[in-house]
Amino acid sequence: MEDLKEQLIETFGEKNLVEAFGQLTLTVDSNDIIKTCLKLKDFFYFDTLIDLCGVDYLTYGQSDWDADASSSGFSRAREVQGDEDRHKQRFAVVYHLLSVSKNYRLRVKSYVDEAEPIIKSVTDVWTSADWYEREAFDLMGILFENHKDLRRILTDYGFVGHPLRKDFPMIGEVEMRYDEEQGRVVYEPVSIEPNVNVPRVIRK
Amino acid sequence: MAEIRNYTLNFGPQHPAAHGVLRLILEIDGEVIERADPHIGLLHRGTEKLVESKPYNQSIGYMDRLDYVSMMCNEHAYVMAIETMLELEIPERAKYIRVMFDEITRILNHLMWLGTHGLDVGAMSIFLYAFREREKLIDCYEAVSGSRMHATYYRPGGVYRDLPEKMPQYLKSDSRTAKELAVMNENRQGSLLDFIADFAKEFPKSIKQYDDLLTDNRIWKQRLVNIGIVSADRAKQLGFTGPMLRGSGVAWDLRKNQPYSVYDKLEFDIPVGVTGDSYDRYLVRMEEMRQSNHIIEQCVDWLRSNPGPVMSDDHKVAPPNRVDMKDDMESLIHHFKLFTEGYCLPAGEVYSAIEHPKGEFGIYLILDGANKPYRIKIRAPGFAHLAAMDEMAKGHMLSDVVTIIGTQDIVFGEIDR
Repeated sequence: MEDLKEQLIETFGEKNLVEAFGQLTLTVDSNDIIKTCLKLKDFFYFDTLIDLCGVDYLTYGQSDWDADASSSGFSRAREVQGDEDRHKQRFAVVYHLLSVSKNYRLRVKSYVDEAEPIIKSVTDVWTSADWYEREAFDLMGILFENHKDLRRILTDYGFVGHPLRKDFPMIGEVEMRYDEEQGRVVYEPVSIEPNVNVPRVIRK
Repeated sequence: MAEIRNYTLNFGPQHPAAHGVLRLILEIDGEVIERADPHIGLLHRGTEKLVESKPYNQSIGYMDRLDYVSMMCNEHAYVMAIETMLELEIPERAKYIRVMFDEITRILNHLMWLGTHGLDVGAMSIFLYAFREREKLIDCYEAVSGSRMHATYYRPGGVYRDLPEKMPQYLKSDSRTAKELAVMNENRQGSLLDFIADFAKEFPKSIKQYDDLLTDNRIWKQRLVNIGIVSADRAKQLGFTGPMLRGSGVAWDLRKNQPYSVYDKLEFDIPVGVTGDSYDRYLVRMEEMRQSNHIIEQCVDWLRSNPGPVMSDDHKVAPPNRVDMKDDMESLIHHFKLFTEGYCLPAGEVYSAIEHPKGEFGIYLILDGANKPYRIKIRAPGFAHLAAMDEMAKGHMLSDVVTIIGTQDIVFGEIDR
């Protein structure tokens, strides 16, 4: 793995590579993703794309409680937090690469624009990206340019919204029931209340 | 004359060979598949969203429900991710217990796969044989965790409790005579380890029976040989792992290549296929059961001679002793904090993967220092395998689709999450 680290630093620069818990993370610009992936596949022997996922950093590092409020429970819960708390970029796409022939792994991370979360598809580099990109589109709303079949995959036919985004409510937006009069299934706004049993706290 | 057209066939979601809720849209020319388009998500429960809203320890139970035929392996990946973040060292005995139950789980999974795969392609009796042994292993789950399926037995820091000293026995009932009862309880006289040792001793005979039923069976071979061939290069391109990759001749197993827990101290072999067809994958999984059995034997031997703690004594993560709580204030506080707020992990990210019976099962955690994960991504092996359905089924007959679903060992709990 030390060899891999050296070579990666040589090719991509030291500031883009982070090591934590014995795992390497390479951050690349979203415009260079195809170029980088091809390089990783051809020169670093990353023959398998193990995983691809979208990340939404909207509420990263924010807790439900004020840091020093511990006596009065939920009444001190924070509603909206200021801009200074926010992670600098909202969306990221994370690729987990594995080299079966060389036996090492690499995580590649690429931040994408919040207003237009688009990144080039890597389906031509690794075939397995096909469904993973569909999943990231479905659950996180990230668009993959040049993907041949970017349909929803896990949610229902005709589903609206991207459920793993942090601004999508836990309880969902609509609920479904069978309507006797109309003789069909109807969608209505959810009738249940959101309920947090354990608030999110951050302790240093 | 009527025009000859391709037609589209809807397969599932309510079809016994769909292994749950797979819906396939098949474009067929005569009886030859031109395109297979799997529609998934009918079992989507939003596990990732749910896990993000709960303290770490409350989500272990969700892991059981992912791949619901290899429960403890899922838990293992999850607790390992947390332990990596905490840099927590767990007791050696807990590691051996985990490995033993991982292998029991592997056999459970493969027996389930063997039975249903056989059933799909028309071999009825193998199902009954496979479930006979499966029942005994499910009893081991029950003995150790109280639950036959969704165990929640692995915890960050070790396992919930030590192996029971006494294997539960069948009770007296009107429907069985005393003699029958004695036979049923014959291998349940000692501890759980005795029961498992007895199972491991008898299991090779059972595998021999499956072997006799299927391996040289003419119909079985007609249905499996040369069906769904995947070359080694394509298998890697398609993100295959586990027996699907090994069936194509790639000797890749995380237990050997990137050993976790105590796998580096155990002796076992990695079977690989040659042609990469469904029959090779069948042979690989059969051999894996034998190897798992061998690992279980080694674990039983080690566990017999090495008593010790099974849970870390770091009470920020592991609950304190119940008795200590009665007069030790610190223990009481730890207990209260652990079961209300949970514990906070440091900010950062980690990916931990294990060799799940189906392939590589990975947990990717992004944390911001809170008592809940900020983002969790579950890497399910079946997801990548099912994505290859189109490529594997193309050019095969309609009946072969059923074989391919079977050989991929599809379980929807993990694919739909």
